Amino acid sequence: MNSQESSIETIRRGIKKRNRAERRFQWWGKAAVGFALLCIVVLFVDIFSKGMSAFQQTNIQLTLRYDREALGVGAQVTEAQLRAADYSAVIKQALSERFPEVTDRSGKRALNKLVSSGAGYALRDRLMADPQLVGESETRWLLAGGDVDTYVKEFAGKKEGGRLKEEQRQWVDQLTESGELKKRFNSNFFTLGDSREPETAGILGATIGSALTLVVTLLLSFPIGVAAAIYLEEFAPRNRWTELIEVNINNLAAVPSIIFGLLGLAIFINFFGLPRSAPLVGGIVLTLMTLPTIIISSRAAIKAVPPSIRDAALGLGASKMQAVTHHVLPSAMPGMLTGAIIGMAQALGETAPLLMIGMVAFIVDVPTGITDSATVLPVQIYLWSDSPERGFVALTSAAIMVLLMFLITMNTLAVILRKRLEKRW
Amino acid sequence: MSTGMLFLVVIALAAGAHYLGYTRSMALSRPLGGSKHLASLPSYYGVFVALACLLPALLLLLLWLFFEDQVLQRLVVHSLPAATQALDAQPLGLLQDTIRNLAYGNRGVDGGTEVEQAAFYLQELRHSAANYRMVVTLLVALAGLAYGWSRVSPRFIARVAVEKVYHALLVACASLAILTTAGILLSVLFESMRFFNQVAITEFLFGLEWSPQIALRADQQGASGSFGAIPLFVGTLLIALIAMLVAVPVGLMSAIYLAEYAAPQVRARIKPILEILAGIPTVVYGFFAALTVAPLIRGWGQSLGLDVSSESALAAGLVMGIMIIPFVSSLSDDILHAVPQSMRDGSLGMGATHSETVKRVVIPAALPGIVAAILLAVSRAIGETMIVVMAAGLSANLTANPLESVTTVTVQIVTLLVGDQEFDSAKTLAAFALGLMLFVVTLGLNFIALHVVKKYREQYE
Repeated sequence: MNSQESSIETIRRGIKKRNRAERRFQWWGKAAVGFALLCIVVLFVDIFSKGMSAFQQTNIQLTLRYDREALGVGAQVTEAQLRAADYSAVIKQALSERFPEVTDRSGKRALNKLVSSGAGYALRDRLMADPQLVGESETRWLLAGGDVDTYVKEFAGKKEGGRLKEEQRQWVDQLTESGELKKRFNSNFFTLGDSREPETAGILGATIGSALTLVVTLLLSFPIGVAAAIYLEEFAPRNRWTELIEVNINNLAAVPSIIFGLLGLAIFINFFGLPRSAPLVGGIVLTLMTLPTIIISSRAAIKAVPPSIRDAALGLGASKMQAVTHHVLPSAMPGMLTGAIIGMAQALGETAPLLMIGMVAFIVDVPTGITDSATVLPVQIYLWSDSPERGFVALTSAAIMVLLMFLITMNTLAVILRKRLEKRW
Repeated sequence: MSTGMLFLVVIALAAGAHYLGYTRSMALSRPLGGSKHLASLPSYYGVFVALACLLPALLLLLLWLFFEDQVLQRLVVHSLPAATQALDAQPLGLLQDTIRNLAYGNRGVDGGTEVEQAAFYLQELRHSAANYRMVVTLLVALAGLAYGWSRVSPRFIARVAVEKVYHALLVACASLAILTTAGILLSVLFESMRFFNQVAITEFLFGLEWSPQIALRADQQGASGSFGAIPLFVGTLLIALIAMLVAVPVGLMSAIYLAEYAAPQVRARIKPILEILAGIPTVVYGFFAALTVAPLIRGWGQSLGLDVSSESALAAGLVMGIMIIPFVSSLSDDILHAVPQSMRDGSLGMGATHSETVKRVVIPAALPGIVAAILLAVSRAIGETMIVVMAAGLSANLTANPLESVTTVTVQIVTLLVGDQEFDSAKTLAAFALGLMLFVVTLGLNFIALHVVKKYREQYE
């Protein structure tokens, strides 16, 4: 009797302990999920807080006089003259008129740093569009220099001033007070190519490069992937060759992406002599990389088409090929498209193989064809993140935001497509 | 005519061929009493003629484009004087580059008259090659069209012929996977062999010193012990280990929680959110590691009195771990679901608590699969490039201290191959040798993992 009671006691005590262990275990599980979710939040908040400031840019209002002398153009203004004219002289003149108290050379040099070296190009475009303005004067907003931009966004009101000198800071504060210095929407970011100066660097070149590369990738990988999936699901006999193909596809899906870059470098660039840095080669390399993804998802889509559809077609006298192309393929198309979009999203975010084939060069011009030198968004992010100037940190984060936006759009599209078009058999 | 134009013209020809084939089959069937007397539907005749026109021409054009550069280079080399031709591979390659640059109109290239002549010759060759390319491609397209057209007759079963071509195309597309693997193997192996001709393979595999820069100097041929890859392997494994220490517990526990405990609605909502982590490009993680995590860790270390490198292995490893969490959790999730419910019911029926069931029954049953998932995750971590390129260091320290900076195989491949590179130098070739190692190791890990998973699946089916 006694011993029985004590064993019940033992079990009771044990149960408490076991329940505690149970709760602890559950708590660990929740903590793990919580940690993963926290990582996502921290990552996004970090990127957004760093990147938001890049969508605005500091501008300075100046009264410009388009003197013929300062510009260095004659009485008869020609386009060639305007192209070669000295716009920085006009800006310098306007600056020294705004701050007449600055007379010494080093002071003037510091003053000229307030306005971006890229502001002259904006003036050139303006005058070339409207040559009548020569000899006139007008008040315009000009792009502020990168250091001024950094100061206004991050240090205003603080004691330190980034890379600005004491006197420059005073001028900036003076301009801010009188309303001649303002943050405006940064349209350069969306309309320009890469630049060494953060205030004139944009993502248009990289975005077009990404688009061209993705077009090549899609045009190659979708037909090839779908054809391979059709063969493997519908026609392939069970033999060694088929088995070899399947093993290869599974292995290729797990090969590190940088290896595909090595392949592209050794075979397409060094052996076949295709151009370096070109979206054509980038697209081919990304095609090889995304093919396994597309093949695997296309196979799943074909598998989901019930055999009765094929049997019905065959029973009515269609050939095997007709049954596949007229019935199986259209039914499986939504699933295949979803797979293709996910593969494209993967290709859009890929960086490492493109570094190998030289898409990492500093390219200012916006590419116009698939054999032009180009870079892509992720590589642009990598390049900017390496730049020492503070302004590039915000630009990098902003470029990441744009890239993530594209990716989210593509993935949402894939989800919607799947929900809308997928048939329930 | 540019290549793009040529493509379009060939495609337009094929469209015309389709029309010709279609109308001819209809015309031939009319005296017989309509298209029902044809052996195939009229459109199949059209497709047949179009394919006959298109495929040979496109194939020829592609091959021509791929090999033109090779052939022209050979011709140019042959045109050079015998003494120049007898040069070693490296100076000859340099000379060829100079000639190419001249011929493509890049200014600032200073070549002797011999080089200028060769460049002129190359330009001429390119010009005539473009003309020949156009003429030959169009001739082949027209010949194909004529052949297809001549085959059209009411008794010719065009459908079977067309389907045979389709089938061949399908086989070719599927076989591309094998071709890709072969291409990877060949390119990496070939360059690695050349590397191992210059640097002993034992030295590469067991050497303790890695400093490829030395090989750049002319007086040192890179064979002086500077290509020992052990520090790279150790660095790679260190970062992968840190990543695993983050990803495996978090990934596994969240998979267990979602599979065993969470309500279906919670599960349906949280799973896609976790998948976001898998969809973020690695360059974003690299940026996060280099600009946020690394300074943070450095700051903490300093406040504790520790000397932390700004490119510490810890920062790169931690962020890589975060990246791999969804990979581990979704693989483990599949595996936990494969454990039959009856095993859980048995354990619960004996009075075990839920966590005891998970720990003593479900996990042991799923262990082989979980091990396979971890192996796959390790192979991911080893092959990951951008995070380590941006957050890990370049100097090859042989250390196991996670606070110091280490470098990895992938970082070295990138640094050796990005920017100016001279071919044939041991420095460039070393990248391919590292690539070969990476390929072999990841392939091995995947092979083992897939094998284990397959075996394990059969166990419960």
